[in-house]
Amino acid sequence: MRRLAVGVPAAAAAALVTVPLVGLLARAPWRALPDIVTRPAVLEALWLSLGCSLAALVVCLALGVPLAWVLARSRLPGLAVVRAVVLLPMVLPPVVGGVALLFAFGRGGVVPLPFTLPFTTAGAVTAEAFVALPFLVLAVEAGLRQLDRRYEDAAAALGAGPWARFRHVTLPLLGPSLAAGAAVCWARALGEFGATITFAGSLPGRTRTLPLAVYTTLQTDRDGAIALSLVLLALSVVVMAGLRGRWTR
Amino acid sequence: MRRAVAAAAVLLLAASACSRGEAPRLTVFAAASLSRALRDDARTRYSFAGSQQLAAQVQAGAPADVIITADTTTMAALGPLVDRPVAVAENSLAIAVRPGNPKVVRGLADLAQAGLTLVLADPTVPAGRYAKQALDRAGVVVHPASLELDVESAVQKVALGQADAAVVYATDIVPGDPSLQGVAIPAAQNVAVLYQAATVRTTKHPKQAAAFLASLPARLRAVGFTAP
Repeated sequence: MRRLAVGVPAAAAAALVTVPLVGLLARAPWRALPDIVTRPAVLEALWLSLGCSLAALVVCLALGVPLAWVLARSRLPGLAVVRAVVLLPMVLPPVVGGVALLFAFGRGGVVPLPFTLPFTTAGAVTAEAFVALPFLVLAVEAGLRQLDRRYEDAAAALGAGPWARFRHVTLPLLGPSLAAGAAVCWARALGEFGATITFAGSLPGRTRTLPLAVYTTLQTDRDGAIALSLVLLALSVVVMAGLRGRWTR
Repeated sequence: MRRAVAAAAVLLLAASACSRGEAPRLTVFAAASLSRALRDDARTRYSFAGSQQLAAQVQAGAPADVIITADTTTMAALGPLVDRPVAVAENSLAIAVRPGNPKVVRGLADLAQAGLTLVLADPTVPAGRYAKQALDRAGVVVHPASLELDVESAVQKVALGQADAAVVYATDIVPGDPSLQGVAIPAAQNVAVLYQAATVRTTKHPKQAAAFLASLPARLRAVGFTAP
């Protein structure tokens, strides 16, 4: 009885995630697939998506690692609030993030920018970075907290400067957390939809990334939409495979 | 255990309350451009989206009683899934611009000017296809900043000040709206937009759906749409 009480919902949970994905595979136009995914419009969306998500990852690494460092090591007052706010995009509906980005960096926004972000590829990257940043910060901060600081202290005692300590001691120790954080961050950026469509719009070749292309294509060409979805699914599987041992066993 | 029974009882009560009501509530899938014209009430609840999106949902078995599309093509594609469609309203296109028309847009030709941020609906939704027809008719080649998922998203981009202009439906421009202003498109370049409505075959409330369809033309005429 007790075994059933756990087993049934557990099986339902597994089915909830598995069945739709199997459905996607079952409906996939396998024979036409090579033809569909090499269409110029699809390749355009694919390259745009890869470019935007990698650019977003670079932004997140450049800004997120220092932030994670501060959150993990600094004793400045108010950091708990900063952490809460920075992690908010993880649970915030992305479309709300898009609206917020518009009011901050859009035309007539709170932050006057010398260049235009809405409707540009840079805007799509900004939206993706906004949504993906917390995933990187969270992973790197956790990595830094778990790290045994005595190694750094030993390096310091042996005369290593701050940069040498970071480069030769902290970074290698942090490697796995950094890689895991970067992978999830990139995957989240790649799948971004709501903030992108709201902040950057949807123009083929400029801001219409793969998720947006899936949505638009679904209205007229179901096979095309499934093929595009499979590309995203395949990339997601690659990320999960890369995380083996971290989040999966 | 007692709590579970109580919860089940509440659920049952809620379910019976739904089924007991004299007039069932119709679920109406309506083209995005009708979102200001039709409001949820005790007898109807609406789901607004691009006509194509709604049609795709009906094809996937969404529980709609009635579907209203902003064109005839999308409706025709639904074929046997719906009863015979009826024309419920007509509309036309207009240009939405920022209040005061700072970019001095007088017609479609002005949408090609450099430095003007133009958004259109994607050509996969009726509004985008109509806009393309009108622009072609006027012989104007434009470079839109975005092809939005439905016409309302295009309207919002102008209303939020992010875009300077959008080609939208005439009914999207409400006189006295402080967030946007309309520029008319002459009849020679404009297109005839026909809204069709039909009962979805799987409906459990065909009588109510028919009554709703019959009431639609007058309701839409009252809010600025043209009678078919």
